[in-house]
Amino acid sequence: MTHKESEPVLSVRDLRIGIGKQNAILHGVSFDILPGETYGLVGESGSGKSITGLSVMGLLKRPLQVTGGSILFRGQELLTLNSRARRRLRGDRMAMVFQEPMTALNPLATVGRQIAEMFVIHRGLRWSQARTKAVEALENVRVPSPEERARSYPHQLSGGMRQRVMIAMALACRPDLLIADEPTTALDVTVQAGVLELIAELSQAEGTAVLLVSHDLGVIANMCRRVGVMDQGRLVEEQDTRALFERPLHPYTRGLLAARPRLGSRTLAQRGRLTELDEVVSSDERGRDQPTLVTPRVFSGATP
Amino acid sequence: MRLRFNLVLGLTLALLVIVCALGAGWIAPYDPVLHADLMNSEMPPSWEHPMGTDGQGRDVFSRVLYGAQVSLTVGLVSQLINSFIGTALGVSAGYFGGWWDDLVNGLTNVMLAIPSLVFALAIMAVLGPGLPSLLIALGLTNWSWTCRIARSSTLSLKNQGFVQAAVSAGFGDFNIMRTQILPNILGPVLVMATLGIGSAVLAEAALSFLGVGIRPPQPSWGNMLTDARELLRAAPWAAIYPGLAIFITVLGFNLLGDGMRDLLDPHMRTRKV
Repeated sequence: MTHKESEPVLSVRDLRIGIGKQNAILHGVSFDILPGETYGLVGESGSGKSITGLSVMGLLKRPLQVTGGSILFRGQELLTLNSRARRRLRGDRMAMVFQEPMTALNPLATVGRQIAEMFVIHRGLRWSQARTKAVEALENVRVPSPEERARSYPHQLSGGMRQRVMIAMALACRPDLLIADEPTTALDVTVQAGVLELIAELSQAEGTAVLLVSHDLGVIANMCRRVGVMDQGRLVEEQDTRALFERPLHPYTRGLLAARPRLGSRTLAQRGRLTELDEVVSSDERGRDQPTLVTPRVFSGATP
Repeated sequence: MRLRFNLVLGLTLALLVIVCALGAGWIAPYDPVLHADLMNSEMPPSWEHPMGTDGQGRDVFSRVLYGAQVSLTVGLVSQLINSFIGTALGVSAGYFGGWWDDLVNGLTNVMLAIPSLVFALAIMAVLGPGLPSLLIALGLTNWSWTCRIARSSTLSLKNQGFVQAAVSAGFGDFNIMRTQILPNILGPVLVMATLGIGSAVLAEAALSFLGVGIRPPQPSWGNMLTDARELLRAAPWAAIYPGLAIFITVLGFNLLGDGMRDLLDPHMRTRKV
């Protein structure tokens, strides 16, 4: 058991994504996620955190494509797997929760049916059984009166409820890995906490590893034990969350932390802008060696 | 209110036509073909002949009833074929894209460029007159608009969050098309189909009018009009009633399609929450 525990669920090595072969967007990202661990990826818009998540799911859209590296999922190389085998993994062994709960549900099917479909497709259950399981799944994500809700259409539910339904769908087949791409960004602050708590609780109960993609340092701080900071397609720093907040190593991380709104600082001027880094030149003249990964430990297969 | 009105009126008219077609054998007072009373030809509407008689003394009312069978069969079956072809091609083209999309698009454009009635006429010329060839001719010539609508709806749906979510949930291509895309384009396709029933009824009338549709002793609304053309002055009722029947059928199915589209929109479905 302990032996298996230590083996990472997901192991991304030197992952490179580009538009065609020429224009690289992701310049070799590496990280591991252990079973039951919640790993955070932070970074500003366009830093490549979302496409990292999408590439693990195998959902990259042309012209984006993986140009190098490897993605090991439970010891299995995903990049060489055929599309059918990858599809079987999706939704079953690895699942994803998207940012917009408003559009991520089919408007013409009841939420019960949409959850039940997961059991029909991946478990081969009959509809009657699947429906019962769907109600159970809704109960698990603490949707009040699940029997009734299962018969609701998405437009009859609030944003928070829909995101709960999404989580229920994602966790329906008890996946080993859950990728949550900005799961709470579109939600009210008051609802955010509940949804995050739910993800944390369910993933702990099932031992699900979570890759949490967010630009919100607050969310990351609450949820994750380890954090990777991404900037312009590179993983520039990886640390335990507490250490990251106390002693950010990379200048970009320091800038990111300094740019947080703080209680008492009311204006932008007082807060300090996201600082431009001396060593970060504009991306077209940037060399391959910058910015570099700063870690307290030595990582195998780190950046060049 | 509008929703109910369209739906109720459309349904009433469509049902009326369907009942007439199915019940022709019981309702019709005379045989539509064999009862030809030449002594009583070109009689105006009366109790004996509610819609008068035509040039050969046949009862127009009975012939209109039997004509409904032909028109409805043609309208429904040809639209079923059209919708099937159009949806299958349109959805797959929009979903897969690439060379298949180009091919379907080209085919659609070709179909749109050829006047469908002329195309149907050509097919009829090859297959010969009669109901089966009429169904094939009209079923193969009117799918291009359905195809276009299905394709464009699919294109916009493909980038919707729930289709992405379905991909990430491990749905296969066929399952995504069936469960995510098809229900969402059913509204417009259904509207196209019901509108198409109207135009198929018209096309049948036109083809029969031109003499390549239903063979004359057998009544159809189109060939009834052809027959009545020569005695429009003497017996206008022989033309008016088949024309009215076409009008009612087309109107009924168009209203029905409209009402059904509103009904299919889940935002219009009120359910107690």
